[in-house]
Amino acid sequence: MNALGQLVLMRLRMLMRQPEVLFWTFIFPVVTSLFLGLAFRNDSLGPVRVAVAEGPGAPALMAKLEGVPELSAEVADEASARRRLARGQLSLVLLPGAVPEALVDPSQAAGRTARLLVEQALAAPEVTARPAVVKATPVSEPGNRYVDFLIPGLLGLSLMSSSLWVVAGSLVAMRGGKLLKRLAATPMRRSQFFLSYMLARAGFALAEVFFFCAFARWLFGVPMFGSYFTLTLVGLAGALCFAALGVLVAIRARTEEAVGGLVNLVSLPMMFVSGVFFASGNFPSWLQPVIRALPLTAINDSLRAVMLEGAGLASLGAPMLVLAAWTVVPLLLALRWFRWT
Amino acid sequence: MTHQDELAIEVKGLVKRFGDVTAVDGIDLDIRRGECVGLLGPNGAGKTTTVEILEGLQTATSGEVRLLGLRWETDAPVLRERIGMTLQETRLVDQLTVEEMVRLFTSFYPRPLEVEALIGLVQLGEKRHARVGKLSGGQKQRLALALGLAGDPDVLFLDEPTTGLDPQSRRALWDVVAQLKARGRTVVLTTHYMDEAEVLCDRLVIIDRGRVIARGTPRDIITSLGAEQVIELEAEPSPELERLRPLPSVVAAQRHAGRITLRVRELHLALPEVLREVAAGGGQLLHLSTRRPTLDDVFIDMTGRSLRESAEEKAA
Repeated sequence: MNALGQLVLMRLRMLMRQPEVLFWTFIFPVVTSLFLGLAFRNDSLGPVRVAVAEGPGAPALMAKLEGVPELSAEVADEASARRRLARGQLSLVLLPGAVPEALVDPSQAAGRTARLLVEQALAAPEVTARPAVVKATPVSEPGNRYVDFLIPGLLGLSLMSSSLWVVAGSLVAMRGGKLLKRLAATPMRRSQFFLSYMLARAGFALAEVFFFCAFARWLFGVPMFGSYFTLTLVGLAGALCFAALGVLVAIRARTEEAVGGLVNLVSLPMMFVSGVFFASGNFPSWLQPVIRALPLTAINDSLRAVMLEGAGLASLGAPMLVLAAWTVVPLLLALRWFRWT
Repeated sequence: MTHQDELAIEVKGLVKRFGDVTAVDGIDLDIRRGECVGLLGPNGAGKTTTVEILEGLQTATSGEVRLLGLRWETDAPVLRERIGMTLQETRLVDQLTVEEMVRLFTSFYPRPLEVEALIGLVQLGEKRHARVGKLSGGQKQRLALALGLAGDPDVLFLDEPTTGLDPQSRRALWDVVAQLKARGRTVVLTTHYMDEAEVLCDRLVIIDRGRVIARGTPRDIITSLGAEQVIELEAEPSPELERLRPLPSVVAAQRHAGRITLRVRELHLALPEVLREVAAGGGQLLHLSTRRPTLDDVFIDMTGRSLRESAEEKAA
């Protein structure tokens, strides 16, 4: 068999015969998703918590607020109520007076809801059944829950971390053990060596994507609006991209400690800004072009588009281009600057 | 056949500097095809640096290197197909089996040896399906040798191939080198072991501090001492070296940790006089032995240090 085939076999055997690699690639992401999925199950919102400061008008205000089902009202002394407002334990504090004063924390989303609910309650002369202007019907459609948002992000994260750690870690270990030096002294084609890492990684990523999809579907009922074929292609593109980044991270480092720091340097910022746990749109607009140019953003956005919006490959041109650039450039740099000794 | 063709390795004025440190300080080598040449010297003498330059793993600061008439600067891909090597302490892939590891290496070469033949050559047939990580140190080194032979190389470099090896592995390695020589292959090895050098090598190059301090066949180098025999003795009190040196037939006298080593031309002339000298000083003889001189004696003579000591320093 030719050298490339043997090198790919070597990589696959190295991966499959290391239980820890299998654990971090398959078991760990599932456990994480299970945990996060359960923690962030789409519970409907509880009532908004408000407090009325102690004072002469307090019981009258309380009487009006108690009739509103979306509010949970209590009487508390002003100082402690203010403190709890600052900590986010209360959404609004009402100070009795000729015109009652509502204290809210402007950074708290529930403050606005609380103010509207309280205003409405106080404006009504009596607690009477108001004619409903709008009829509210609760919905819980698959695809709109937090876990549906989370699963594609976790798949992206898992592809990134397993690619980076497994590829970079193995290269640095081989350098430390002088195996890279030994290989460099053979006629082995260096491009084939890197290619074997990419191909083996792709093979593993394939299994990873299938595994992930299966458990997302069966455990959380995460819907699939697009095609599994497109999703797999996106997953493969992502895995190859991060494998290339893994090679780049490992081009010089001699110790596993050094490469560990570099992997964290690359992966941690992306873990926060690239929309794994919450939408990257929450970051300031000046940062958006940077975030969109990151590979993890490209893969997360694409995975979500395929899974939740049924996007086809044709509409994913921009993120695929980002991934391609992050794949080709690191490999070219590696071919030039990789330290074999 | 021209002179060029007969030389497997031709080195002229090889210099390698690392910053202020000069590791190799002007080495010349001519190694003929089919020869087994040993590079001897203490730790840090520049042996490994020299060999790695020959293997194309390091570049020389200055000087010229030709292998099989080719140069690394212009013919690296061809040279890599035609040489083989073992490095000091290579950590192979623990997760692969012996057979998988050998097959991988044979796949790199245009005209490899058979996987079965390679495994048999280094006597690892029983371990064919064992994981590399489970092999003993000696078995790993034998496997490294099989990998070095994978491409059926014209020139094989062995960097301290038997350091720390068990006797069986050492013997296996010696056998392989003998077979290679018989097939007309060129072997260059570095070693600390005198017996190994004497058994395997047609010629020796002794290196110290980046320079060649002696070269020739093991026999010639030992003969260059001008001594046919060595007397080693310990006595209490120990006789003065100055009193032993003028004795008949004594070539040189040295003291190492209380033991006196005398190199003599003729044992029957020197020995009675030496014993008389010990007795004259009222001394008691604790140890006395005679032997033929070894390469280690040559090394001590030239550097004041023992090769064995440098090997032990390294092991420590």
